[in-house]
Amino acid sequence: MIQFERFTLSNGLRVLVHPDHSTPMAVVNVMYNVGARDEDPNKTGFAHLFEHLMFGGSIHIPDYDEPLQRAGGENNAYTTNDLTNYYCQLPADNLETAFWLESDRMLSLAFSKKSLDVQRKVVCEEFKEHYINKPYGDVWHIMRNMAYEQHPYRWMTIGKELKHVEDAQLQDVKDFFFKFYRPSNAILVVAGRVEVEQVRNLAEKWFGDIPSGDFYARQLPQEERQLLAVRKIVEANVPVDAFIKTWHMADRVGEGYYVADLITEVLGGGGSSRLYQRLVKEQKLFTNIDCYHFGSVEPGLLTIDGKLVRGVSAEQAEAAVQKEVQQLMHEKISDHELQKVKNKTESVITFEDMSLMNRANSLAFYELLGDAQMMNTELARYHQVTASDILNHANEIFREENSHTLYYLSKQAS
Amino acid sequence: MIVRKNAPAIKAPVDVDIQLQPYVAFYLKNGIPVYLVEGGAQEVLQIECVFDAGNWFEEKNLVAATANFLMKNGTTQKSAFEINAAVDFYGAYLNRSCYNETATLTLHCLNKDVAHLLPLMEELLTSANFPEEELVIYKQNQLQRLEVNLKKCDFVANRLIDAYLYGKDHPYGKYSTPEDYTAITQNDLVEFYNKYYVNGHCKIFVSGKMQAGIQTLLDQHFGHLSIQPHSLARPEHKAAPAEQLHYEIVQDPNGVQGAIRMARPFHNRHHPDFIGAQILNNLFGGFFGSRLMSNIREDKGYTYGIYSYLQNHLGESAWIISTEAGRDVCKATIQEVHLEMKRLREELVDEEELDLVKNYMMGVLLGDVDGPFQVCARWKNYILHGVDERYFQKTIATIRTIDSKEIQRLANEYLHPEKFYELTVI
Repeated sequence: MIQFERFTLSNGLRVLVHPDHSTPMAVVNVMYNVGARDEDPNKTGFAHLFEHLMFGGSIHIPDYDEPLQRAGGENNAYTTNDLTNYYCQLPADNLETAFWLESDRMLSLAFSKKSLDVQRKVVCEEFKEHYINKPYGDVWHIMRNMAYEQHPYRWMTIGKELKHVEDAQLQDVKDFFFKFYRPSNAILVVAGRVEVEQVRNLAEKWFGDIPSGDFYARQLPQEERQLLAVRKIVEANVPVDAFIKTWHMADRVGEGYYVADLITEVLGGGGSSRLYQRLVKEQKLFTNIDCYHFGSVEPGLLTIDGKLVRGVSAEQAEAAVQKEVQQLMHEKISDHELQKVKNKTESVITFEDMSLMNRANSLAFYELLGDAQMMNTELARYHQVTASDILNHANEIFREENSHTLYYLSKQAS
Repeated sequence: MIVRKNAPAIKAPVDVDIQLQPYVAFYLKNGIPVYLVEGGAQEVLQIECVFDAGNWFEEKNLVAATANFLMKNGTTQKSAFEINAAVDFYGAYLNRSCYNETATLTLHCLNKDVAHLLPLMEELLTSANFPEEELVIYKQNQLQRLEVNLKKCDFVANRLIDAYLYGKDHPYGKYSTPEDYTAITQNDLVEFYNKYYVNGHCKIFVSGKMQAGIQTLLDQHFGHLSIQPHSLARPEHKAAPAEQLHYEIVQDPNGVQGAIRMARPFHNRHHPDFIGAQILNNLFGGFFGSRLMSNIREDKGYTYGIYSYLQNHLGESAWIISTEAGRDVCKATIQEVHLEMKRLREELVDEEELDLVKNYMMGVLLGDVDGPFQVCARWKNYILHGVDERYFQKTIATIRTIDSKEIQRLANEYLHPEKFYELTVI
């Protein structure tokens, strides 16, 4: 059970406090309710570029990192399709330093031209390092495009193309900041060796006078129910063939999410999972195979993704994958297997919660989903899932017309 | 009104009194030492068996790593699937890792399940049988994985730089080739396993929240094994560093980035300069606020990240700088690294910057010795390196007292480009 207190400042900033006096440290986590899904389709990659700019100096403080490091702190941030999260950990004695830094960059950035110029280059190098200069680096670029026609999940967080990042202008940065980086669109979590009253006072002191800004009401184009399977074959300069198939799945808060999550465990969780045991070990069709999803807030993609043993055709590989998903559609899983995947889930949650940083991050995320208290009811929701639920949801998810199949083939091999 | 320009007062982390929670040691019936670090709020446990079974001890390349990996893929009583099913049922993780001197088998589980899982660990450590079928699959999959990895410039650069430093026949310098995989036989694995695991040398590290009786349980499962307590003497392997210092390799004509590695031989933890060099390294390229990062990423935008670090070897070691930079700025990146070395050699670092690094290091250390797994990991590193808590105290004392003159002395001693290998792989 994760204990926390919650209050809201008059400008709309939600504050959660999770005291843990077993540690000498404090964590300050600020989650902004903006991600790549909120971008203009012609200016993709911007939410992530913007995350970099948040370290380029704020209105009263020329450098974010330096004072934090001097106070013994470290920090980082990440952007997903759904949200942007900033977190730092420092000795609890110096908690106020984090409030000072975080509140100033929520008040206003310095909007430095130099920072934009440099970070555009840095992000381009990041783009190259992870998505261009790596074998299979563009798989998700292609797959997202196949899977979504309307919804902005159709591009990756890094952006559709280098050019979008290169073209970013200072005015875009300002507009983005004042639209999304407002107290009413943010969640502050403070955890560790802290007191609720102390945090309340510090929050009022540092964040209380930041203008609330206009409420951001998200209105994104939604996908229509997919009626036709999407297929694609790509040839690339890679040494071995890859197979990747996705199906639309439920959003993060519905019952369907928990069922889909357990389905990925049945198929791809660990050495005893069905796909690994049957397709890698017994049939020797894949050298590795995974089944996963990204935990997207809005309806996401359940994914099966693997590399083929040389000599195996993509058609053979797909037929074998189909046989496994069809079995899930036709036969209930055993009580033992259901218990296994629930035990695994319980263990994953327990290990995750060891870290103060993870706890702060999870509280912010569940609050973003609607209620931080979900962190404490999550496990019960998994326990409610039955073998019949898995059968029923498998039948909804694994319909062929709900799928996207990509053969990513080696130019040399074919 | 608050004054936002002024930083709130801080308590300087260098003045904080940091304690490393001590371990509790005891010995199993067969003399095997067990180090316990208790703590944490979550009901979890980590049990790590560390064997002197790294690649230092193999006679044929990859045998140590393969034996370590396949130890979990079959025993005289269970198939690989049955082993995985047993571990997965409890939501546990049974991982193995192979390093240069040591190789480990590590269990992570909820502590209520430990009694169900220790018999399995015992079984792996006494009756793994390396089925031929498992070896065939392993080789096939590793060969394909290697093919994919060889397309990545960072992977290739990491292999080559170690080979330059130590020679490709040295345990720290050798790397996998398709021929090496093909040559591994079941018999190699069985022999290695019998010698270095079943009759090998072992230490056990346990951390997390413990239930009463954990000591009895460990003794019951590991106390009667024929493993030995003391460390195994390391056979000698002489490093054969490459004579040529500079390398440029273009393996992908269309590559848009180059993986740059610069490295020089350096001392291990026992050298009196080691801790000071760690502080200098932080300043130079060890964290986000370092000189290399500030200049090459945050000013020039040549790279997504650049870091330097000291390798954590028991024997000879190295100081390494590592980055992936835009293809057309690789040369400029190397020049800037040279320049940063020169600045450290020729100019005294100012007090404010040195203070920042000291406080940052102490803050990170404070966070690092928080939590049983992290504390245990630190002790394990100390014990394997043959140092004790005085090393921890000495680290703190050095951070507190080192001055800019000593930093400059160290830079003049070690940061000379002409002593560094330089490699770019595109």
